[in-house]
Amino acid sequence: MHISANPWVWIAAILTLGIFSFLYKDNPFFKATEHIFIGVGTGYGFVYTWNNGIWPNLLKPLFVNHHYLYIIPFILGLMYLAVVSPKISYFIRWPFAFLLGVGSGLSIPLSFRASLIEQIKYTILPYPHHIKTILFINALLILIGVVTVVLYFYFSVPHKGAMRPITRTGIIFLMVGFGASFGFTIMARFSLLVGRFEFLLGNWLGILPWLH
Amino acid sequence: MRDFFIKLASLNRTVIYTIITIGVITPLVIPLNLKQKMSPPTERLYQYIDTLKPGSHILISTDYDPSTMPELQPMTVALIKHAVMRRVIPIVVSLFPQGVALSLDAAQKAKEELNARPDTDYVILGYKPGFSAVILGIGEDIRKIFPSNYSGIPIDSIPAMKNVKTYKDIALSISLSGSSTPLAWVTYAYTKYNEKLACGVTAVSAADFYPYLQTGQFIGALMGMKGAAEYEYQVNKLLKKRKLGAARSFFAIRGMEANSIAHLLIMLFIVIGNIGYFLMKKRREV
Repeated sequence: MHISANPWVWIAAILTLGIFSFLYKDNPFFKATEHIFIGVGTGYGFVYTWNNGIWPNLLKPLFVNHHYLYIIPFILGLMYLAVVSPKISYFIRWPFAFLLGVGSGLSIPLSFRASLIEQIKYTILPYPHHIKTILFINALLILIGVVTVVLYFYFSVPHKGAMRPITRTGIIFLMVGFGASFGFTIMARFSLLVGRFEFLLGNWLGILPWLH
Repeated sequence: MRDFFIKLASLNRTVIYTIITIGVITPLVIPLNLKQKMSPPTERLYQYIDTLKPGSHILISTDYDPSTMPELQPMTVALIKHAVMRRVIPIVVSLFPQGVALSLDAAQKAKEELNARPDTDYVILGYKPGFSAVILGIGEDIRKIFPSNYSGIPIDSIPAMKNVKTYKDIALSISLSGSSTPLAWVTYAYTKYNEKLACGVTAVSAADFYPYLQTGQFIGALMGMKGAAEYEYQVNKLLKKRKLGAARSFFAIRGMEANSIAHLLIMLFIVIGNIGYFLMKKRREV
């Protein structure tokens, strides 16, 4: 057992225990730790964004290198701050409109291709390619799953008659999907817990010899 | 027997927390040394990097912060170590401010344990805000987005960046993320520039990315701590083969062992809880 002599490790360990104390009940130690986390995270993010974005990409080109075209994003950026005063808060619509326009223009055609066209293409394509292999079963399952789930969310016709078995199959696929997501979620949450235990037992208390 | 199950099903949560804590801590203190067999998405990523020509470049984007560190940090460490051992140059960027410190920490391990040289064997370019602009910008000219590395050294004076201009010079881009950022990489880097992509994601978001594996938009993926453990295990094997056993890391491997026990306990609790629930229901009906 080699307890850490690093004060930063001690601070991190105490703050971790502060968060864990919520398992007992809400308490001032937990609240203080929570506020420190939010404050530090925001401060860190602001300084990094200033040093890596606002200063080199906007203020330096405008005020040091005198590239006056940058006055447009500078003014649009300032308009965001108008939100603090109800009298001039309508100014915020301008940068929002600009961002929405640029963002939509950039992402709609590409997202459409990436998340819709390609997905549809590969839902159908594997079928002939893998007809003689075990992957054929996978391809068939994907095809049945996609069609039945899409039909499950088709509410223009009542889910009766021929539609009933199809939509019931869709529910089964959805349940399998939710089950897989639930399993993954448990793994994710336990991974976070394990990560903290590795820190507390290894980095702080020094009782995990394999951790270096 | 019925009373026993009903009693178990209504256990105080403190008891459950205690059992889970013991279940998680025990395999950390007494390692189980479970074998981590590679799943197909992990294997495809490993093989892709393993067969790249020495001197090739890969781009690793550390798009996460400490909140998802246990799952994603071992991936960063293992990927950098693997690339360095294969003489493939990892260029590390970050679309999250806190990702820089974490990538520096991961690269430090490669530096100390494999004698990797910064700016020659690996490059840390740092953080830039505005992820869509950054991803698109790398496709035009990486120098315009990252004129210097994280510490201010101009990119033109970094030996490892000599022949790197756009995605055409980067064999693979990997987004390590606890959010939907890999989707932005698919939208902008894969769809617009045909860049080969892979991702490392937290388990909670893993199910969202399987469709993109199916289509080949990701050539491979590391899914949660399991994916990290599989990659770490494989890199450890390579390190041992090259007589660099001291550089092995076990963060995700041991974590996955603890995870396995925790999963068994959760399954047990679910079964007991359900039996108890039905027995209680039956008793109420009687």
